[in-house]
Amino acid sequence: MPRTLYDKIWDSHHVGTREDGLDLLYIDRHLLHEVTSPQAFEGLTLASRKPWRLDANLATVDHSIPTTDRSEGVKGIADPIAREQVEVLNTNCDSFNIRYFDMLDHRQGIVHVVGPEQGATLPGMTIVCGDSHTSTHGAFGALAHGIGTSEVEHVLATQCLVQQKSRNMCVHIQGPLNESCSAKDIVLALIRQIGTAGATGHTIEYCGDVVSSLSLEGRMTICNMSIEAGARAGLMGIDERTVVYLESRPFAPKGGLWHEAVDYWLQLNTDSDANFDTTVELDVTELAPQVSWGTNPELVIGIDEVVPSSDDFSDEAKSETVGRALEYMDLTPGTPISEVILDKVFIGSCTNARIEDLRQAASIARGRKVASNIKNAFVVPGSGLVKKQAEQEGLDEVFKQAGFEWREPGCSMCLAMNNDRLYPGERCASTSNRNFEGRQGHMGRTHLVSPATAAASAIAGKIADVREYL
Amino acid sequence: MQSFRNHEGVVVPLDRANVDTDQIIPKQFLKSVKRTGFGENLFDAWRFLDEGEIGKTNRQENPQFVLNDSRYRNASILLARRNFGCGSSREHAVWALMQYGIRCVIAPSFADIFYNNCVNNGLLPVPLPEEKVAQIFVAASSSEPLTANVDLENQRVTYENTESISFSIDSGSRKRLLEGMDEIGLTLRETDKIRKFERQHQRTMPWLFTDNP
Ligand code: SF4
Repeated sequence: MPRTLYDKIWDSHHVGTREDGLDLLYIDRHLLHEVTSPQAFEGLTLASRKPWRLDANLATVDHSIPTTDRSEGVKGIADPIAREQVEVLNTNCDSFNIRYFDMLDHRQGIVHVVGPEQGATLPGMTIVCGDSHTSTHGAFGALAHGIGTSEVEHVLATQCLVQQKSRNMCVHIQGPLNESCSAKDIVLALIRQIGTAGATGHTIEYCGDVVSSLSLEGRMTICNMSIEAGARAGLMGIDERTVVYLESRPFAPKGGLWHEAVDYWLQLNTDSDANFDTTVELDVTELAPQVSWGTNPELVIGIDEVVPSSDDFSDEAKSETVGRALEYMDLTPGTPISEVILDKVFIGSCTNARIEDLRQAASIARGRKVASNIKNAFVVPGSGLVKKQAEQEGLDEVFKQAGFEWREPGCSMCLAMNNDRLYPGERCASTSNRNFEGRQGHMGRTHLVSPATAAASAIAGKIADVREYL
Repeated sequence: MQSFRNHEGVVVPLDRANVDTDQIIPKQFLKSVKRTGFGENLFDAWRFLDEGEIGKTNRQENPQFVLNDSRYRNASILLARRNFGCGSSREHAVWALMQYGIRCVIAPSFADIFYNNCVNNGLLPVPLPEEKVAQIFVAASSSEPLTANVDLENQRVTYENTESISFSIDSGSRKRLLEGMDEIGLTLRETDKIRKFERQHQRTMPWLFTDNP
């Protein structure tokens, strides 16, 4: 029977069915960070259990740490509660013998940037992490799920995840994509089209020429936001680009094993006659740069559109949500989105803090200045290695000369667990993935955009049409 | 985990769709390394007028927010609109609900990770059709608080004199909730099977077992 990529990875990791009828899926890679792991390690200790397989685990620290000078390491974290959280991860990795890129390690970074960059993310793998954006790793043809803390403990103890098989959804992206848009615009347009629950219960596979034409960075941006469409996992087929990206990465296989692996990976793709439970067509040929205006990632419009009104929606729940979002975002229906004035700009997060994202933003920022009404324009690289690469290319200087702040790697203002945040009423153009109420700071207002749009918006001091800056 | 068989309690109607886990428990509370103490900050940004921090006392309640309405002070069943629990995978959201005193959430639909996190902790998610949820909203919003009974064994929700409504749940989750089983213990019963699988897996994909760097 013809199978999808999801079916194949599922089948090759299916350990068996438990007494209660639920399936056990073997997990090849488990990524950990400071926020969702402490209670899991505590649970293991209380039950006198040990990790099942140490080399499957890789930990780093990203959510709670400052992005300013970190030369003092954990001792330099001013917030005592955040410091304790990082110390607990240090201790846990030490006592459980988990491989760990700590704050001072040059490979430290956002967990979903670090995994692929190290080649710890490989095609055909099952990957989990106590973080919903684990879907990112699907760009490599890996089945990657976000999990809760009980599941983190479960995977540590048993190397298995208790799962029910999801349905298959195909998102076929019709192109070509025009030069003013990037992967971020595609995925925002998709969520606008299918909604934040559009793919609930499904694993998405993205396909079509547009997907093949994207770099792995761009593919990761799309898979990353699958969760924002309700899918627990997003996947893309494996091709030459995937292989080229992974070759010689530290955790990737070497020598004969590499060739054996590549042969296997290239055969793993969805069979041409495989059946999907749901198929979505997304046409991006006429796409304009996308901007979120509201408080969830489906409340998105094109840069040349106006803020909608609750009357525009016949569905009662949606109309109600739109009304509340307008109030929270302090926007008047009918306002062109390109006239909305900003206070801050954030370029970063596991969605858009890879080298290609920084290059795109820098190409807009080069030789220009951040507008005087912008209080902070942050550029936060996704990892220490991304930062180093950017500095080798001189991108840090481009940003600094334009008036952006060049920071140390971490999650930063994507969720504002550290001091990088919005203050009440402030409005931000952000390359992150969630515009929920208060996400970037109590009473803060977020507009999700691409890296190029974020850079252009910093220059304009308002949400900008990047097409005027190309 | 806590078991769930049958629960009777007051229903609090939270009339919002797409309630995300950032609202259920805002990020500043995720810095805690403990498993307890989250209940007091459930829906923090909606429940209070001042900005919350870990350990902050003397909070200013928001009188507009439904959980602060005297009718619903002792509520243990939360009623909401579609796609409840979307967003982050933080299990802290489920801990916060349970530690506040919520035992069951009724909504037209739930986000996948949140649903699993509920089942793993003994909080019962009850999906009901939109029109049934709408009817319960009407009943729960009247001047007298509404008491409902949620019966997992028979998979039924009953309130007032209305006919009981059946709900669906997969048999595995149902069993785990009813018996409050130790999830890890249950999987470890399959240790031999997992070991056997692992050996076979290593033969077919040896590159997954080379501890490289
Ligand atoms: S960058 Fe944002 S979305 Fe990504 S892992 Fe960090 S907090 Fe989560």
